[in-house]
Amino acid sequence: MNSPIKTRHVAVWRGEGEIGHFETYDVPAYDNQTVLDVVSHIQHYIDPSLSYRFACRVGMCGSCAMMVNGEPRWTCRTHVNKVVGQDVLEIAPLRNLPVIKDLATNMDPFFEKWVKAEAVHHSSSSRDDDMTAVLPNDAERKKADAGIECINCAVCYAACDTVAGNADYLGPAALQRAWTLYNDARDAGKQTILEAVSGVGGCHNCHAQGGCSHYCPSELNPMQAIAGLKQAATRALLKGKL
Amino acid sequence: MIRPHRRHPLFLAFLLHRTSGILLALFLPVHFWVLSLALTDAAAFDEFIRFTDLAVVKLAEGMLVFLLAVHIFGGLRLMALEWLPWTAMQKQLAAGAIALSCFVSITFLLQVI
Amino acid sequence: MLTVRLYMLQRVTALLMAPLVVGHIGVMIYAVQGGLSAAEILGRTQGSVFWFSFYGLFVLAVSVHAAIGLRTILHEVTGLSGRLLMFFTWGTALSLCVLGMRAILAVTFLVRGVS
Repeated sequence: MNSPIKTRHVAVWRGEGEIGHFETYDVPAYDNQTVLDVVSHIQHYIDPSLSYRFACRVGMCGSCAMMVNGEPRWTCRTHVNKVVGQDVLEIAPLRNLPVIKDLATNMDPFFEKWVKAEAVHHSSSSRDDDMTAVLPNDAERKKADAGIECINCAVCYAACDTVAGNADYLGPAALQRAWTLYNDARDAGKQTILEAVSGVGGCHNCHAQGGCSHYCPSELNPMQAIAGLKQAATRALLKGKL
Repeated sequence: MIRPHRRHPLFLAFLLHRTSGILLALFLPVHFWVLSLALTDAAAFDEFIRFTDLAVVKLAEGMLVFLLAVHIFGGLRLMALEWLPWTAMQKQLAAGAIALSCFVSITFLLQVI
Repeated sequence: MLTVRLYMLQRVTALLMAPLVVGHIGVMIYAVQGGLSAAEILGRTQGSVFWFSFYGLFVLAVSVHAAIGLRTILHEVTGLSGRLLMFFTWGTALSLCVLGMRAILAVTFLVRGVS
């Protein structure tokens, strides 16, 4: 194990609800240390009342996303050395979501928008039917595959300025999921999805700033998925189906 | 407060599109008003056109041409992004739109000086 | 605050304006050679059905396009919505349209100034 070579000053957002402030902690610095390690150290050894959320620690569960030096990141896979250019580490709760306490946000609005976007399975067959063939080389399947590795971490949602300005906007993750299902041979809700993503908070509000694609830790491209939805909705509108 | 991150290239392209759009929208009523002087006050119209001989005004005109060009070329990029087959070169296209706008507005400026 | 319909209106007017803007920039670069003069501008536009239609279409498209664009910005920056936002959108579109049409008529068919 490495021995601490120095101490790092870490500013962590503390507070309940909207009210809060940054508090600075001295955390031993190691060569290999993730942002989540730093947060855990504070909670284990300095202030056990610090609230934050994590589960898998290997970038699968999508629960540990936070703002790190002003940028949304999955903290379990973010090395401190990679983000601390200026020797300051500032950790805050995810942007665009209500804060519950300290680093833990209420993710209800994020998930409620998945349902509003009809980013839910619309079954096309029953147990009595044959299984739908999913052909990996099918053009539509490839579009669906492009987005299925989403871990629901809400990094894209926090990175999106359109979400910040427009409370109704469904956001990159929900819209990408809707696009995935739109291209899924097993989903019977194409029209339902198009209608859901064409309303007041729908895909047409996206300004293609690309924050979602820039910050997605799984390197997905929600901006491309949203462009796909816009194209599909445009086609439907021109055919009089929307 | 909690700082946002706003440094990636496509965000800057967005900012340029929005800023140029607002400035053009603010300029339009002025533009229309000056032209309608031809109807209401011919002498004032003449005087205003002479006012455009000033170097500062010419520079401002060059800026307006840039704003118009960057809004249209940036806008065409967005429509291509939305309606044409996807390309990963969005940053390059955004930079290209700005370069083209510089070319157009400098061409304009070279004509007025 | 963009539904698919407003979005389409925004894009259709944009596509319509694309060739008009290129034409307008071309005219500007051509027209400023050797300096602007009122007589030169009006000499080109006066009584011209072509320029009346060209800029008439331009004004109609830009009124709609700018109104939808400003509406989006206003909503995102101030949170304004509902009836007030609708008044703002229509107000902007109509004002621009009236001012613009007046300007075009002034330099095409209603010129009283230099001839």
